[in-house]
Amino acid sequence: MTDTWIILGASSAMGRAFARRVAAEGCDLVLAARDADDLARTAKDCELRGSANVTSITFDIRKPAGFQRMLDAAATSDGMINAAVFVGSMPAQSDIEADPALAEDTIADSLSGPVRFLLALAPMMEERGGGTVIGIGSVAGDRGRIGNYTYGAAKAGFHTFLSGLRNRLNRSGGHVVTVKPGFVDTAMTWGLPGLFLVATPEVVAEDLWQAVQKRRNTIYTPWFWRYIMLIIRSIPEPIFKKMSI
Amino acid sequence: MRWKETDYSGWGRAIVSRGRIARPEKLRDLMQVMAESPAPACGNRRSYGDAAQNHGGSAIDMTRMNRFLGFDAETGVLEAEAGVTISDILRTFAPKGWLPAVMPGTGFATLGGCIANDVHGKNHHIDGGFGAHVESIELLKPDGSRSRVGPARNKALFHATLGGLGQTGVILSARIRMARCGSTAMRVRERRIDALGEFIEAFEASDARYSVGWIDATATGDRLGRGILEEAEVSDTPVATPSKRPASVPFDAPSILLSPMVVRLFNQAYLNRVPAAGREMLRPMQAFFFPLDRLHDWNRLYGKTGFHQFQCVVPPAEAEPVLRRMLTLISASGQASPLAVIKRLGPQGNGLLSFPREGFTLAVDIRNRGGVGDLFRQLEQLCHAAGGRLYAAKDSLGSPDVFGASYSSLPEFRKIADQVDPGRELETDLVRRLGIRGRR
Repeated sequence: MTDTWIILGASSAMGRAFARRVAAEGCDLVLAARDADDLARTAKDCELRGSANVTSITFDIRKPAGFQRMLDAAATSDGMINAAVFVGSMPAQSDIEADPALAEDTIADSLSGPVRFLLALAPMMEERGGGTVIGIGSVAGDRGRIGNYTYGAAKAGFHTFLSGLRNRLNRSGGHVVTVKPGFVDTAMTWGLPGLFLVATPEVVAEDLWQAVQKRRNTIYTPWFWRYIMLIIRSIPEPIFKKMSI
Repeated sequence: MRWKETDYSGWGRAIVSRGRIARPEKLRDLMQVMAESPAPACGNRRSYGDAAQNHGGSAIDMTRMNRFLGFDAETGVLEAEAGVTISDILRTFAPKGWLPAVMPGTGFATLGGCIANDVHGKNHHIDGGFGAHVESIELLKPDGSRSRVGPARNKALFHATLGGLGQTGVILSARIRMARCGSTAMRVRERRIDALGEFIEAFEASDARYSVGWIDATATGDRLGRGILEEAEVSDTPVATPSKRPASVPFDAPSILLSPMVVRLFNQAYLNRVPAAGREMLRPMQAFFFPLDRLHDWNRLYGKTGFHQFQCVVPPAEAEPVLRRMLTLISASGQASPLAVIKRLGPQGNGLLSFPREGFTLAVDIRNRGGVGDLFRQLEQLCHAAGGRLYAAKDSLGSPDVFGASYSSLPEFRKIADQVDPGRELETDLVRRLGIRGRR
């Protein structure tokens, strides 16, 4: 029996790194992203790194009509079905404030799209009695900050959804890992000022794989973000509202 | 595509440039960057000097373009994006029975970097340079067009691209022929060598596929040129790979670390490691080919001001007297690093600016401090007078006159580079410093 991983957002730096990590374990892959040309390259790469069956599917997280194709592709395998959700978008908060319609896109990409997909997937996982979902949240979801509170709100909503989904899938032997990455060195953060302790996508991918093996519930990656966020969360609101961190 | 404005340098950290760097993760983004602002490409910047720098300008970091694109298990031909590292190729394909036919001394070097510097390995005397195993290269030219070059197609441009320092376009991907291997281990023989003359003889008598010598650059007199000769073959018996995590140097070392006395003590210990009767052992490939990669950021051992490397090749007939004079100068200066490397090179390949040619190559690190310029100049003159030449991938102090005089295909190279890149948008700091593209 070979396990299958569905990777949503396989063209992102983290998604690509995790797909490779899973390929090296010999799992089958269903790779989904918007850019078909790029996806074809990642698919070939994963094959050469050890995945015997790689299916590429072009999809848009804002169009749930396309989700069924991914589920069908995964259904052909005989092992457990797993999914890792890397999609999301983070426009600058100032852009969202200038054009509030952007808020809906952020929420669609980071919350409502992934939620619709995972709700469609859950019955398949329950039927097979296992499998793991990795949901990429964010430290931004731990507290609303002036710099990215719309994105943070979407991620906070996603954290809550993942917590409930974990509760649900646990009954049938499945599991959900909530991941809160700090700064990761990706195209999204390249050249942004003020970043520190930036982790490579490969380090994050390894953390995710270990978290799946150990059935961790919520992880921060790299680990020290747990303590950074502990401090940020414990600042009293009367003080926090005057800060700009 | 966002640009990152930053200070950056090569592995030696002696020359710092300021400029903006783009790091595309997809071909589409890379094409867009080139369309908007053509710029030279760089990889993991393992060149020691300024070969991968463009002060005041732009550069394209290729390290995220790092996917395998195809592999033929019958012929061992691998196609990959230019940002794939040699170590990644070795780790992925050696268990399947294939290894890169030529590997430089660090696994962090990228495929694109290996081509652009036509790197050589410990088997150059038998297998030639990296370029001898390249089937084709896909180039992205400053005008936005793509072209595939190889020994059978666009031969002139192919030869200009091997060792061409990125001046013929951004290397997008390449097909390389790999070599078979029966395991992921090397059978290594090590023995002590007492003096330089013995080294040269030992290399000439050796029939090992892989060979390299470590020289104690502090030794003088009768012991000048003493060291360790390492010979190896791919083993047919496997070896357990230790899963030791690499250590890293967390900060810039204080200058006392490489003071002459510490270096002398280190060298004595390094030599004594190998018993007088020599020894033979199995070693994992990664450890054999990339001995220094186990210590991440080891360049910080040279402190904040960095270091230079002098690497030259000298024709066989001149090798012993010339290397003797070089080593005498180096040990007298007291500025040498612990180890120098000596290696026999085979006939030169097809790259117009490829470094390797028949003879012996000597490489030594020198700390970046007062007096280094004078020492370097003397070494460079010795090399030049003997009909040798310097290696651009290692260079940070060379002079344009000597470089120009020692690479006879330079005029031909200039013509081809100017056809591809008439606006000279791919020039790097090194190319300007050594006058490689010539006067406008």
